[in-house]
Amino acid sequence: MPHKTFFAFILPSLIAMVLFIALPIVSVVVQSFYVEHGRVLVEVENCQPFGGCTKEVRVDSEATAKLEKEQPLGQFNGFGTYLNRSHLAVTEIGEILSANSGFSDIVARIYNLPFYKALAFTLVFCFVVTPLAMLLGFVIALAVNTIPRLIKGPVIFFSLLPMIITPLVGSLILYWMIHPQGIVGATIQDIFNDPNLSLRASPVLTWASLLFYGVWTNAPFSFVVFYAGLQTVPGDTLESAMIDGASRWERIRFVILPHLAPLATFVALVQLMDNFRVFEPIVGFSAEANASSLSWMIFNDLSGDSQLFGSAGATSVLTIIGVVILLMPVLLRTWREFNHKAV
Amino acid sequence: MKHILAASVSIAALCLGAGAAFADCGVTAGSVRILSNDFEALRLINTTAEECATDAVKVTANATAEHKNLQVPALTINPAEYTVAVVANNSIVPLLNDDLIRPLDDLVAKYGQDLLPNQLIKIDGKVMAIAFMGNGQHMFYRKDILEQAGVAEPKSYEDVLAAAKAIKDAGILEYPLAASVKPGWDLAAEFVNTYLGTGGEFFAPGSAELAIDNENGLKVLETMRAMTAYMDPDYLTFDANSIQAEYEAGKIAMMNEWGSLAGATLDAEGAVDGVVANTVLAAAPTINGGTIPSAALWWDGFTIAKNISDEDAEASFRAMVHGINPDMVAKNAEVATWLVKGYTPGPAAVGVIANATAGARAYPMQPYMGLLHTALSSELADFIAGKEDAAQALADVKAAYDTAAKEGGFL
Repeated sequence: MPHKTFFAFILPSLIAMVLFIALPIVSVVVQSFYVEHGRVLVEVENCQPFGGCTKEVRVDSEATAKLEKEQPLGQFNGFGTYLNRSHLAVTEIGEILSANSGFSDIVARIYNLPFYKALAFTLVFCFVVTPLAMLLGFVIALAVNTIPRLIKGPVIFFSLLPMIITPLVGSLILYWMIHPQGIVGATIQDIFNDPNLSLRASPVLTWASLLFYGVWTNAPFSFVVFYAGLQTVPGDTLESAMIDGASRWERIRFVILPHLAPLATFVALVQLMDNFRVFEPIVGFSAEANASSLSWMIFNDLSGDSQLFGSAGATSVLTIIGVVILLMPVLLRTWREFNHKAV
Repeated sequence: MKHILAASVSIAALCLGAGAAFADCGVTAGSVRILSNDFEALRLINTTAEECATDAVKVTANATAEHKNLQVPALTINPAEYTVAVVANNSIVPLLNDDLIRPLDDLVAKYGQDLLPNQLIKIDGKVMAIAFMGNGQHMFYRKDILEQAGVAEPKSYEDVLAAAKAIKDAGILEYPLAASVKPGWDLAAEFVNTYLGTGGEFFAPGSAELAIDNENGLKVLETMRAMTAYMDPDYLTFDANSIQAEYEAGKIAMMNEWGSLAGATLDAEGAVDGVVANTVLAAAPTINGGTIPSAALWWDGFTIAKNISDEDAEASFRAMVHGINPDMVAKNAEVATWLVKGYTPGPAAVGVIANATAGARAYPMQPYMGLLHTALSSELADFIAGKEDAAQALADVKAAYDTAAKEGGFL
């Protein structure tokens, strides 16, 4: 295809990508370098139904508006927001490293910083959920591939349900099931004979439920892709393997797996990206006490009575950097393979 | 079309139901566009204001829980998307900070004959909002359970803890207490409530410097932690609605709960036998030997946008004054703790009024209070979960607040 035709073909989607993906990212990056202007504060008399009149501090909106007109973005802060306590916390980490009482103290104190706490859960979620969900999806795909045609349709539909359900609704359903009066919660209490056992109370069990939810909701994606891949496994190779006396396990290990390997790379890539942005289950499970993620931090900065756009911007940029770092090995490999083929 | 239909249906319902005459608000021209939070009392006011709609006057209302996120951008544009923003102590602050609402003195002088003096929220001598209802968290307790355990009505947190122990020791209830301590807005509100009870100030006078890192702050946190010993182990996931459900299920003897939920708790629906009949509403407990109920008082009121025509502003003001008229309040006395003329408090309003008469303090309106609330909401989670001590929690709150306040331009 001539370059010109190719360009004409992708131009519409290129424009859309620049408008709706590239430009917003640029604006987030720019925003993250700015903080609000110093507010001009004045003390004024303030009367309300309860407590009568008191002297209270107000923002002098005229003076602030003037500042904002001169510099609408706010004050330039450079990397200040990135390095402050809510993000990379460079000063705090320095203090912790220079004065501490052993390794466990360092870990505990770093974990007390919001960004690292969120990062810890985000990474654990990524690296536990992605392989487990892929494994589960692959097993389901293998199983579905062998069942009779008649019930295949319904089975596929039910296997896809976790992906069809809106993530927030899915997490709420699971959350109510693990309520001490819910079917799972009550059963677990019964099995361990401990009426105070609650999946929602202990940090470890909360993490476990979140990870379980992650695997449950992510498996269908792997299943769909692997199931499609299974349809392309060459029948001849499988047959000859059977004639050579390969067991089912050996056929999976030496024929199917190598065939699906490129697909697995693709699935891993997409899942890692998705899981790094984990957010809904934390809200759905009311797990804010025990788990937070980078996306949840962004949400927290933007909701509530006062919004911190610079802080949210900085966390977003750090999330993007995180995704790039995570995908680096896979991207490098794809790049190398591409070059290899080209030669 | 939909709004006209809704308005005409509500007018028809009003005419049929109460036999009231066609509401004449005297508004002749203009457009009224209301943005409000979404709960029963506000929906009621919105529908009453919609009665003012005529061929020349359009009245629309958007009641949504997302109102706080909408109001600033919606009122910043000119002309503003909404002419009326219904706010509370905390949500008026962003509107004031950005100068998005207009002084109402001239409108009050012209059309505010029915308003009581204490309904007028005055900032720097100018009326900026008209309050119409009060709210706040206060004690709900079960007198049958307290009698059975042989304890008197608890007045302070020390009493509450002693009563909880007695109830637990007597084997009546395993977890007699509940509070909305779910990390997030609820947990922070719980801290703010209790800290207000100590009489302490959140900030150094006249500045955004945080001042909770003191004896009072420690005492508040210790009390909050001590309470959790008598709460369901799932307390970290309980918000105001969940504890109401637990209370109605008869599993709780004492709780601090919103006055606006009292009506729903005391009605015949949803509660097991004996809960409603034995429920007593009282002022929030005091702390540390003080006399101030440990609960913030809230008001809900309406403001009029700045970036609209004077005609729309006048129409909006008159429609809202009609929305909170004494007739409507008299007919719906049980819905809220109204601040409107001629209101006789019903059984559900007892708690909020008890708070107010005992001298409870209002939720602070400082421009940086929102930042403190957010800092509290995430940094107290570890403490209330029992994972760190009070001193560390206060230090974390201060560090988080300082970071946010610097970014917000206050420090």
